[in-house]
Amino acid sequence: MTAVPAPAGGLRTRPRREPGRSSARAGQGRAGWAFTAPQVVLIGLFVLVPILMAFWVSLTDWRGRGSPFTGQVGFVGFDNYATILTEPGLARQDFMTALRNNAWYVLLVVPLQTAIALGLALVLNSRIRAKGFFRTAFYFPTVTSSVAISLVFIFLFTGGGAVNGLLGLVGIDGPNWFSDSRGLVHLLGDGLGLWDAANPPAALTDGGPLGLSWWDWLSGPSIALAALILLVVWTSAGGYMLMFLAALQDVPNDVREAAVMDGANAWQRFRAVTLPALRPTLFLVTTLGLIGTWQVFDQVYLISQGNPAKTTLTPAYLSYTSAFETGQWGRAAAMSFVLFAIIIVLTSLQRFLMRDKDAAAEKKAVRAAQRARAASSKTTFFQAGR
Amino acid sequence: MTTTLETPVAETPATPPPRTRRTGQQVGRFLAYVVLVFFAIVYLYPFLIQIVTSFKTDTDATNTPLSLLPDPVTTAAFSRLFDTDFLLWGFNSVWVSVLVTVGRVFLCSLAGYALARLRFRGRSAIFTAVLAVMAVPGVVLLIPKFLVLNQLGIYDTPVALFLPLVADAAGIFIMKQFFESVPASIEEAARIDGAGTFRVFWSVVLPMARPALITLTILSFQASWNELPHFIVASQDRDLYTLTKGVATLTTGQLGSGNQFPLTLGAALLMTIPVAVVFFVFQRYFVGGANEGAVKG
Repeated sequence: MTAVPAPAGGLRTRPRREPGRSSARAGQGRAGWAFTAPQVVLIGLFVLVPILMAFWVSLTDWRGRGSPFTGQVGFVGFDNYATILTEPGLARQDFMTALRNNAWYVLLVVPLQTAIALGLALVLNSRIRAKGFFRTAFYFPTVTSSVAISLVFIFLFTGGGAVNGLLGLVGIDGPNWFSDSRGLVHLLGDGLGLWDAANPPAALTDGGPLGLSWWDWLSGPSIALAALILLVVWTSAGGYMLMFLAALQDVPNDVREAAVMDGANAWQRFRAVTLPALRPTLFLVTTLGLIGTWQVFDQVYLISQGNPAKTTLTPAYLSYTSAFETGQWGRAAAMSFVLFAIIIVLTSLQRFLMRDKDAAAEKKAVRAAQRARAASSKTTFFQAGR
Repeated sequence: MTTTLETPVAETPATPPPRTRRTGQQVGRFLAYVVLVFFAIVYLYPFLIQIVTSFKTDTDATNTPLSLLPDPVTTAAFSRLFDTDFLLWGFNSVWVSVLVTVGRVFLCSLAGYALARLRFRGRSAIFTAVLAVMAVPGVVLLIPKFLVLNQLGIYDTPVALFLPLVADAAGIFIMKQFFESVPASIEEAARIDGAGTFRVFWSVVLPMARPALITLTILSFQASWNELPHFIVASQDRDLYTLTKGVATLTTGQLGSGNQFPLTLGAALLMTIPVAVVFFVFQRYFVGGANEGAVKG
């Protein structure tokens, strides 16, 4: 209905402006290109062209000398991809170790930072004094540089540092965080008596997919990686908290009040009113989290350089060292593209899963509504049919 | 009489529920404060330790990492810091951040305005490309960026430090969203008066876009000030080190060995100050920017 008047109005104004219009339009066309050209050129030059160049390099055996775009560089097809994905050897083992580390990292960081962000936002959204103070305190690390924060955390987590000092106060003998390569799942299983971490069961160590044994895949994050996880959760939760806070302002108050009148308790109100309203933000926060955590580089470069025992190696950092330190540019570029593919696949998968749920819920609601309507209007339908 | 007697009788059973609800609320609020104070300590304590430790001696920092009282108070770490290239790094960070910020704000508002208002062939294609570029994870670009800088012959030059950082799809998106939210009537009036497109943009549109410009300015400044990976792949000359790259060598380089915690924490403290000042002055723009940036997902 509302669409009808708009074109009518458009039709009416169009002829009236006709005289100067064509020249104005040409001017706009030129201006449009002139205005966008600088950024288009920069983005082309420093994002699109580099990606194409890197793809070419990933298909060569270029070792970093001269230009990769001359006849002297050997074309090797997808050999570099095969080296890191399918051919048994140290290169694949390192890349798979990096993927394992990053997978555990994502698995812990994303849920933890999302839960803390949501929890803090919910608490801050209630009637609280000094709201601004708390919000600022939680958000501030997000704007500080990763270098400054990493330096502080190196100090906090040294063997005789503040964290172990605090743990010592409650009688816990803290580990030597950044040099401890023991896996958390290995330690947990050991603690529960499932296995002896020093002497792992042969069933797990004997075989496994993609060049790592099951025992290695399932190690969990090492204690060193766990310290990095704590650092990143601490840094990033505040930013996501702001997104949740903004979304909470939009939760319809009348619905919440109605729920209170109906006698719904806090948990029921959260489940039925708040959570559905936060759904898009929850999707956004987990997507951004997923994209960000698969790219972890700064903290590894600054704090652990992949050590100890390669348990903080990540694909981004391994790709960097393979190129700039060992000169295997082709392999390094191939790693970048595999990482790119992983991020795209996982975010699309997540979009698919969450959208599917929404669509399914919608379908269910529509079906229920149809059923209800059908039930109430059955008689009228039959009367009208006849 | 019976009615006046009956009303209180009828009300007595009704009063307890609100009262329990009220005590429930009080308990809830108390717990909320406990949670908030706990997290506030977790969030502020590291910064406190950072400030205090930079005024300690090396042995004091290592022996009493938890103590918030330097004994003795010394500025030795800072004088040692200024014996390194710290001032040079700071100078490089300043000019790089300023150029990146000015470039981004000007070029992103131009492009954002064109995409929001001007009709021209290829507009939707450009916008689609902008969205696609925003989805490219930055870390994946490290090696590609080196390749193009190397090929252009500008690797290890000052241009390599700032020019690639001026390319910013997210900034274009933020500005486009902003211009679309502003009514077009004023600029149309200016255009009818015969002002050229750039005149209209420069003297009519930009002054109206102040909030968005401030948001983009602080986001760009903060991003370029804190940038690390780009500087790692764009140069190796020690004269081109920025604060992030230079301070990183304090822990990863030769200086990293040994327990010079007052030195590294002092460096971390000083490099945080500019961003902290911008943050506290323009806090509300940070909040707005975070949410505008969020829309891009």
